[in-house]
Amino acid sequence: MSDDALSGSKAPTARNFFSALQLDTRLLGMIGAFVVLCLVFNVFTDGRFLTPRNVFNLTIQTVSVAIMATGMVFIIVTRHIDLSVGSLLATVAAVMAVAQTDFLPNALGLELGHPMLWILSIVAGMVVGVIIGAFQGWMVGYLGIPAFIVTLGGLLVWRNAAWFITDGQTIGPLDETFTKIGGIGGTLGETWSWIFGVLAVAAAFALQFMSRKRKSSHGFPIKPLWAELTISGLIAASILGFVATLNAYDIPAARLKRIFAAAGETMPEGLTMGYGIPYSVLLLIAVAVAMTIVAQRTRLGRYIFATGGNPDAAELSGINTRFLTVKVFALMGGLCALAGAVAAARLGFSTNDIGTLDELRVIAAAVIGGTALSGGVGTIYGAILGALIMQSLQSGMAMVGVDAPLQNIVVGIVLVFAVFVDILYRKRTGD
Amino acid sequence: MTTPLVEMKDICISFGGVHAVDHVSVDLYPGEVVGLLGHNGAGKSTLIKILSGAYKADSGEILIDGKPVTINSPRDARAENIETIYQTLALADNLDAASNLFLGRELTSAMGFVDDDAMEAETRKIMGKLNPNFKKFNAPVKALSGGQRQSVAIARAVYFNARILIMDEPTAALGVHETQMVAELIQELKKQGLGIFLISHDIHDVFQLCDRVAVMKNGQLVGSAKTTDVTDDDVLGMIILGKCPEGATPGPGALNDDTVLG
Repeated sequence: MSDDALSGSKAPTARNFFSALQLDTRLLGMIGAFVVLCLVFNVFTDGRFLTPRNVFNLTIQTVSVAIMATGMVFIIVTRHIDLSVGSLLATVAAVMAVAQTDFLPNALGLELGHPMLWILSIVAGMVVGVIIGAFQGWMVGYLGIPAFIVTLGGLLVWRNAAWFITDGQTIGPLDETFTKIGGIGGTLGETWSWIFGVLAVAAAFALQFMSRKRKSSHGFPIKPLWAELTISGLIAASILGFVATLNAYDIPAARLKRIFAAAGETMPEGLTMGYGIPYSVLLLIAVAVAMTIVAQRTRLGRYIFATGGNPDAAELSGINTRFLTVKVFALMGGLCALAGAVAAARLGFSTNDIGTLDELRVIAAAVIGGTALSGGVGTIYGAILGALIMQSLQSGMAMVGVDAPLQNIVVGIVLVFAVFVDILYRKRTGD
Repeated sequence: MTTPLVEMKDICISFGGVHAVDHVSVDLYPGEVVGLLGHNGAGKSTLIKILSGAYKADSGEILIDGKPVTINSPRDARAENIETIYQTLALADNLDAASNLFLGRELTSAMGFVDDDAMEAETRKIMGKLNPNFKKFNAPVKALSGGQRQSVAIARAVYFNARILIMDEPTAALGVHETQMVAELIQELKKQGLGIFLISHDIHDVFQLCDRVAVMKNGQLVGSAKTTDVTDDDVLGMIILGKCPEGATPGPGALNDDTVLG
């Protein structure tokens, strides 16, 4: 879609089928690795890995890390690192939990279940996240303290700040509406999922068509129409296939009965209903689209990549790289808050150990997704795919019955190996 | 005589006690090319970076069209139509030619989004004039040859209607053919009335391209002269010995004859 508008080589003639499609070979490689991984696990689990139920669980388990990974791309692209995201998530989750269970009901007198509860607590979490992020960014950009040190300190500070906010207690149960963003508790249902899928396909087609029209109006070489249609077809098939899979995961009959009972109706005999797309996945999609637009279509994104590619050149071009650092870290803080909302809502509680080691998962996801630690290179979709690969690896091994220590050993090896393959790829393509 | 386009008066800057630029005054007239010469570390690049906004002078004054201006950042310099081609080219290697050309000055659509297609179209236009062989519009600039990278840097400087152009070693990384192209470009820009500061090590280049030379040594100005009034050897003497020949206007860094004779 819009990625092709930037990265395609726009060769006027097609040598063969694949060069005419002008696909991003690195993206293809990642998707290929992911598909192979899924198929292997599917064989070893006797077909349990690729059931609608497991696909559903995989997606909701990935969301929190994937949301943060999109922000980590910008951090790493500007040649920084953020080790504090897991702890920041804990602090923000604690703020949101205390806000909705204690502060707002007691201080403002809002009844439990009041719709303002979940809205205000998410807003409070976002504000705290952005402020903490901006503060860390200010120390990196204006005080010149290396990001590694600032956020290593943050890792310790925010994990334990969270402890003080909650007095070390598990806070919950959380507001019922709030927990809907966690995953299984809040889904679109079959009909709306199909509507969403069709709209997404329409949007993909429209974007591709508009990009093509713009290019031809400038007289640039464009892809052959059949290539464009093939790509559109593939995108449409994957979107609709994804929706179909999530819709195929049926709500258990007992739960369905409760839902009908709550609505004061009796459930018709033999009725089945699928879950459909979880709200948390919708949130991730929204974040992914917004972050991709920022990366490719805004000055902020352009300056982030320019600064990562050559900080001196960016400075000489009049870019305020210090303030840019603050913005990037503030954005990361805001995304930690969103991820924290999803993580706490999924558990239904805010716990002390929420988000522990997430910083490593997030960095690994970004790096497996092709973000170069040397700066200047990285994509949002790559980071999300990286998060999905990490999560699949972890839960696939758990399903196969690999011992927990061995799981971590494998994840560690895969991380190093993935980066090595990426280095080889870059050398080969001169990218 | 007319008002100089640029006058840098009594500029000083030091780094940790070292006087990198020490009471230097130079000027530049419209349609003129002034060569800045000197050894490595003589302070030419530092002086020029003060004009381009990369450094801030400790003291001294910059006048443009006779009016004093304050240049605190590269943005200020660009606002005064001062464009610079740095020795390092200052390109973001991971971005394509158009993104580099418009870096910091992106064209945006009505909605405020960066308009890559419009920038590419403009880049194709200007590159068509500067370097018709340039074809790699969608590759990151690190995939380009030295000459192609140079033409991106030059295109960036001339695209935005510069009045004052600073070129730091513009031909250092170039082949014979490309050097010739830069020389032709300089002649063309001169005709359009731009003032150009040219930093170079190549005396031959300097005599071919420049109307005047200013020589620096140890952060001080040795002197300046019209290229028609001095010879290659005179200029070499200025660079190496700091000796100001007849026909040149001596500066504060000129070797006093008395000290030579003892």
